[in-house]
Amino acid sequence: MHAFANPARFLRIARPLTPVLLLSGMAITAAALAYGLFYAPAERLQGETVRILFIHVPAAWLGMAGWSGIALASLVELVWRHPLAALAARGSAVPGAVFCALCLASGSLWGRPAWGTYWVWDGRLTSMLVLLFLYFGYIALAAAVQREGGSSRIPAIFGLVGAINIPIIHYSVIWWNSLHQPPSLGWGTSAMAAPFLWGLLASTLGFTLIFAGVVLARMRALLADIQAEARLRRKALES
Amino acid sequence: MREGLDPWPFVIAAYALGIGATLVLVAWSWWAMRSAERRREEAKAR
Repeated sequence: MHAFANPARFLRIARPLTPVLLLSGMAITAAALAYGLFYAPAERLQGETVRILFIHVPAAWLGMAGWSGIALASLVELVWRHPLAALAARGSAVPGAVFCALCLASGSLWGRPAWGTYWVWDGRLTSMLVLLFLYFGYIALAAAVQREGGSSRIPAIFGLVGAINIPIIHYSVIWWNSLHQPPSLGWGTSAMAAPFLWGLLASTLGFTLIFAGVVLARMRALLADIQAEARLRRKALES
Repeated sequence: MREGLDPWPFVIAAYALGIGATLVLVAWSWWAMRSAERRREEAKAR
């Protein structure tokens, strides 16, 4: 892992990888969403609204994966002082927040025709909303630390503590009564018919590749800002 | 699904929101990356 701690080595890998991830992700997502919108069959109980699945589930996965990435990178930063770990955590925050908000919005749009309401204060929806607020808190805290020159360990601790919410979101539909359905997918198990399952896997793959490309782009931006600032400071000291 | 509610406006709104938000996120992140890397090159050249 420390082999990748070198920013120059990171950039050598990230430069060609960023456009590849973004372009392949957009192509796969476009194909999967076209399938979801025009070719997937209507579902027996939910009718046409089931098409929202191809947006909602990848957004939910990436909302939670984004925070899991923040927590993992925070752990690496706190334990091993990996120089790129803080950048990876900060780079995951905005895309994670966007997909978390997209999960809530698409879920509301699905809830209105399916449940008769845009919102209920049940365990799944509320814990997902809490995750969105955690993202806002992390983004604000990381920006304040960078602006004021504080320790990057503070957002890292916040990132680790916030990870408590991830299993709560996952198990909320099992622990508490909810309008939200229980998980349809598990490790090696699926309660979903093939036309939905394969389309969903494709859209999840496409959105995940886009997410990875965006994280790399944001890490490169953060790294370039740090390097430019360090260079300007060094030149100011020399002159 | 509840009777009497046309599902298509909800489906189209969800897709428009999903595609729009993703495109804005990608464009913003790419633009921010290019701008930051340009600033670094300018700092190097000074």
